[in-house]
Amino acid sequence: MIRFASLQFRTQAAVAFGALAVIAVVLGLTGPHLVHLYNTTVATCGAHGDCASATATFLSADRLLQDLGNVVIALPAIVGIFWGAPLVARELETGTHRLVWTQSVTRTRWIAVKLGLVGLASIAVAGLFSLMMTWWSSPLDLVNGNRFTSVFDQRGIVPMGYAAFAFALGVLAGVLIRRTLPAMATALGGFVFVRVAVTFWVRPHLETAVHATSVLRMTSGMGFNQTNNGPLSVTGGHAGAWVFSDRIVDSAGHAVGGNFLSQGACLQSRSSVACIGKLREVLVYQPASRYWAFQSFEMAIFLALAVVCGAVCFWWMRRRVS
Amino acid sequence: MSGALETNGLGKQYGRRWALHDCTLSIPAGKVVGLVGPNGAGKTTLLHLAVGLMAPTSGTITVLGAGPGEGPAQLARVGFVAQNTPTYAGLSIAKHLRMGAWLNPGWDGDLAERRIEQLGLDPRQKTGSLSGGQRAQVALTLAIAKRPEFLLLDEPVAALDPLARREFLQSLMEVVAEHGVTVVLSSHLVADLERVCDFLVVLVTSHVQLAGDVGELLSSHHRLSGPRRDPSSLPASQQVIEESHTDKQSTLLVRSDGPIIDPSWTVKPVTLDDLVLAYMGQARDTERVPHQGLSVIR
Repeated sequence: MIRFASLQFRTQAAVAFGALAVIAVVLGLTGPHLVHLYNTTVATCGAHGDCASATATFLSADRLLQDLGNVVIALPAIVGIFWGAPLVARELETGTHRLVWTQSVTRTRWIAVKLGLVGLASIAVAGLFSLMMTWWSSPLDLVNGNRFTSVFDQRGIVPMGYAAFAFALGVLAGVLIRRTLPAMATALGGFVFVRVAVTFWVRPHLETAVHATSVLRMTSGMGFNQTNNGPLSVTGGHAGAWVFSDRIVDSAGHAVGGNFLSQGACLQSRSSVACIGKLREVLVYQPASRYWAFQSFEMAIFLALAVVCGAVCFWWMRRRVS
Repeated sequence: MSGALETNGLGKQYGRRWALHDCTLSIPAGKVVGLVGPNGAGKTTLLHLAVGLMAPTSGTITVLGAGPGEGPAQLARVGFVAQNTPTYAGLSIAKHLRMGAWLNPGWDGDLAERRIEQLGLDPRQKTGSLSGGQRAQVALTLAIAKRPEFLLLDEPVAALDPLARREFLQSLMEVVAEHGVTVVLSSHLVADLERVCDFLVVLVTSHVQLAGDVGELLSSHHRLSGPRRDPSSLPASQQVIEESHTDKQSTLLVRSDGPIIDPSWTVKPVTLDDLVLAYMGQARDTERVPHQGLSVIR
């Protein structure tokens, strides 16, 4: 059965892995250039005192290739639509399921092999692509700081979980709906919904955020933020951490209003001890060190969802599909 | 009972509609069985139940003494050619044969290749570019090269032109002669099956209307014509299947195991076509009367 499944899948696999090989060559050739650029601009900007412009220049390098990150985000959806949804639905639509299910291979074995083979290929394509992008963009990510939000879903191991889930969801949609096009649309809608839901409602709570109160110390890159004369907060700093809130309170624990900065010692220097010496910073955040734990948790969530979809496929195929 | 196909009270329901209802049937091994009925009568449903593509809603079905599609061994014993003879349009004939070899332990590769060669087909050709008749032949090749004991074909010739139809049935008969498999083939036209089948099952509106050996059926049915009379005046052993009357004359199709001795009748033999049409008409009539669905079985 595995040989026949490979025979049916080999054109699609060749296209995917061929494209991946081309991307690997392009990234392999341009990657060292990016590292060189980092070493000559951002790494030495302190000496020249022009870090802001150096960073901006560096971050705008190879824009086109940076956008490949969006392809990493889109890839699982593409896999779900073009590999997952048609896997069973196309057979049901063209009637070939009646040919293949009456060979001497049980239907459960057939679906198990298909899910396994194409599922693993989906995970492999997404994993390799993400690995290449993670390596290529590592200097950029260093400058960008927080990796929990902007580039979280295009780096590391989570794309493998996404691909597994998108694929299994596509297959399930095909099994239930029995027609390719509606199954594709349903798989896309379902996948986007779950991805958005996990990103906004689940990821922030994967680990309990750290609440830390400390003496306010302004370092380079930090600034004050205030909207509509409301309470004062801090921006910047805390490299690599995912900051949920960063408030400023006085020694009594009360929020500090914006007019604080236009009074007394703060008129001279906002970062002087005389101005902010008595203020405290109340920080709620996920430390940068939790990045890989978050990657693992989120991947595990999507792998588990993929397994559930696969199991429902299996069960439904045994009982209902004919 | 060791029939090739045994069903008891078999039924399959889609939503609220019964595609097959209370079907009790026994098909002996070694026969070529014609499964006849109008479109939507439940032929495809019965065949799909027999090859394990679907599970029954009620009743039981055994094929070669085991549950349909119950495992790889059972699947290997039964060959199936589905309606419209589906194949993978993007794969070549050679790849289909490779599929057959990979998926069937009893695969007869020589047989398959010989047949494709005899048919004059290029193995490198994709099945999507074949004519309907050629594709049907490829599907038949796949089904017989797995060397089944029991071969079921769902309307295999419905989409073929008369010449392809004859060639297909001819090659099917060669297989039967060579390998002695039991065959069930369905059609909505008796004429397609007349020359090949020796056992007939008539399925009408999800019921088995008639089942029996073709020879016995033909010898036990008679076409009677004579002066007009009331059919209820016939002896109890003569069962009226179809009747038509003019002012002066009556024409009846009756079932009777004994000879017709009444001298007022002119007795003529019936054709298979007559027989099937008569039973289909009878089914339509009883359909109007509730609770008489399954009127005649054997």
